[in-house]
Amino acid sequence: MVPLTGYLLVGAFLFSAGLYGALARRNAIAILMSIELMLNAANINLVAFWRYGEAAQTDLTGQVFAVMIIALAAAEAAVGLALIISVYRERKTVNVDELDLLVG
Amino acid sequence: MPPLPPLPSIGQLVFAGIALFTCASALGVVLARNLFHGALALVATLFGVAALYVMLEAEFLAVSQVLVYVGAIATLITFAIMLTRSMMYGKTSPLNRQWGKTGLFAVMIFLALYGFVGSIPWADSAAPVIADESMIARLGEQFVTNYVIAFEVLGLLLLVALVGAVMLARDND
Repeated sequence: MVPLTGYLLVGAFLFSAGLYGALARRNAIAILMSIELMLNAANINLVAFWRYGEAAQTDLTGQVFAVMIIALAAAEAAVGLALIISVYRERKTVNVDELDLLVG
Repeated sequence: MPPLPPLPSIGQLVFAGIALFTCASALGVVLARNLFHGALALVATLFGVAALYVMLEAEFLAVSQVLVYVGAIATLITFAIMLTRSMMYGKTSPLNRQWGKTGLFAVMIFLALYGFVGSIPWADSAAPVIADESMIARLGEQFVTNYVIAFEVLGLLLLVALVGAVMLARDND
């Protein structure tokens, strides 16, 4: 059987990749995709800790919260993409470093 | 002569393949210059994560992952990419000015997590579970008993978010 460390390392890698993408990309849609990567990393950890926990057969808390995070990610993607389309209509750009309306 | 380490089992080989595939496509998401290629790599990553759920014997989650992420979110992202394609597309750098510092920071975060995960003696194997229909039934039962408030709030949030998304995205002139 695969040790728990393997799953945790995949989660850590996905989180770091998403962190880099969210902070370094200019395109707002690319930032949103990176955030989805980080949410998936958290989900892998939740499910892995559920599976390797003491009472995986009876205590399903890890899976419950993973389902909730999937639903939250759907809501976040819908609002985020609506905002991006709305901003694009106003400013004709989705590059976040060009959206400097509030810079004094 | 020291004893050889035990050969990896089939499950470990499959896990290594899935993990490599998932990590490589996650790198593709954040490094692709073409945003559309990044979206395709995101779909590959989501399938890899669903395969990891299958290996963890959470089949219901694997199916939800494919339905919600690949079916809905990836499609939504593709639509948004198509709708916001501008003239400068692909001609300017996809990265902002702080990408070097950010890359260093992300690598350091990964190394810190790596050291932390490696320093703790986690369980090498888990007790076997019977992941059949009764487990999915119990999962649904949890949603209407122990976690009913979180479940209802989540439903309300989803409704508000979707109405809000329609309000934000519609053309009001």
